[in-house]
Amino acid sequence: MLNQSAPLDLMFQALGDPTRRVMVERLSRGPASVSELARPLAMSLSAVVQHLQVLEASGLVRSEKQGRVRTCRIEPAALKTAEQWIIERRANWERRLDRLADYLAEEGETPDKRRKR
Amino acid sequence: MSGRSVIHDTFRIDRRFEAKPARVFAAWAKPEAKARWFSCHDDWVTAAYTLDFRVGGRERLRIGPAGGTVHGFDGHYHDIVENQRIVYAYEMRLDARLISISLVTVLFEPDAKGTRLAFIEQGAFLDGYDDVAGRVHGTNAGLDKLKAELRRA
Repeated sequence: MLNQSAPLDLMFQALGDPTRRVMVERLSRGPASVSELARPLAMSLSAVVQHLQVLEASGLVRSEKQGRVRTCRIEPAALKTAEQWIIERRANWERRLDRLADYLAEEGETPDKRRKR
Repeated sequence: MSGRSVIHDTFRIDRRFEAKPARVFAAWAKPEAKARWFSCHDDWVTAAYTLDFRVGGRERLRIGPAGGTVHGFDGHYHDIVENQRIVYAYEMRLDARLISISLVTVLFEPDAKGTRLAFIEQGAFLDGYDDVAGRVHGTNAGLDKLKAELRRA
């Protein structure tokens, strides 16, 4: 069980940050150098490298250095895993059930309205 | 990314609600109540929603970003035990493309102050969903919410 959920946790963490999602979205269109990845982001190159390290640890992104340039690419195998499917479907349901909780709370606060219906 | 494939998987979500099972169940059973929470993206447009909540009844949702891909949900209710259990099957389409067929079991159990709900989905996830950019986008929508939740935990 641990072996299955550990990579998932890492993917959740990796995609749970808006900066890293921008990076993943950029890489889903094709490989890019670190400086290309950094260009639209308002942060230092070393901060971008740290984000990149998190993405690499999650298995979502690979990078390799050729000369002075580090090229990053999406790891299609990671995104093709069954887990990725389940992450999305599950995340949608987590969201729905949050909304259900909100709905029940609202409805509970206005019993008069309910009786009228 | 052109091969045909089927992935089978199951996931389960457990939640507690501060409401009696009858109220939680009603939020699944009444169309006007379910419409309030069933859509998972605030900014999406609902083109159609119908729910005929009875054994043999159907549920149909057409929703998506304005002018974008239509996400189609078609459900079929197999088992309903009032305030206790719902079992339904559903298929999902992106425009005309069938992407998954699933069996869902929802269990409602009273506890001291409210309801324990278990949501279990068993799915066959089909090929044709290999669009990485689209998938990342879809995943992001839910992850924002999840992230907030994980921070709270």
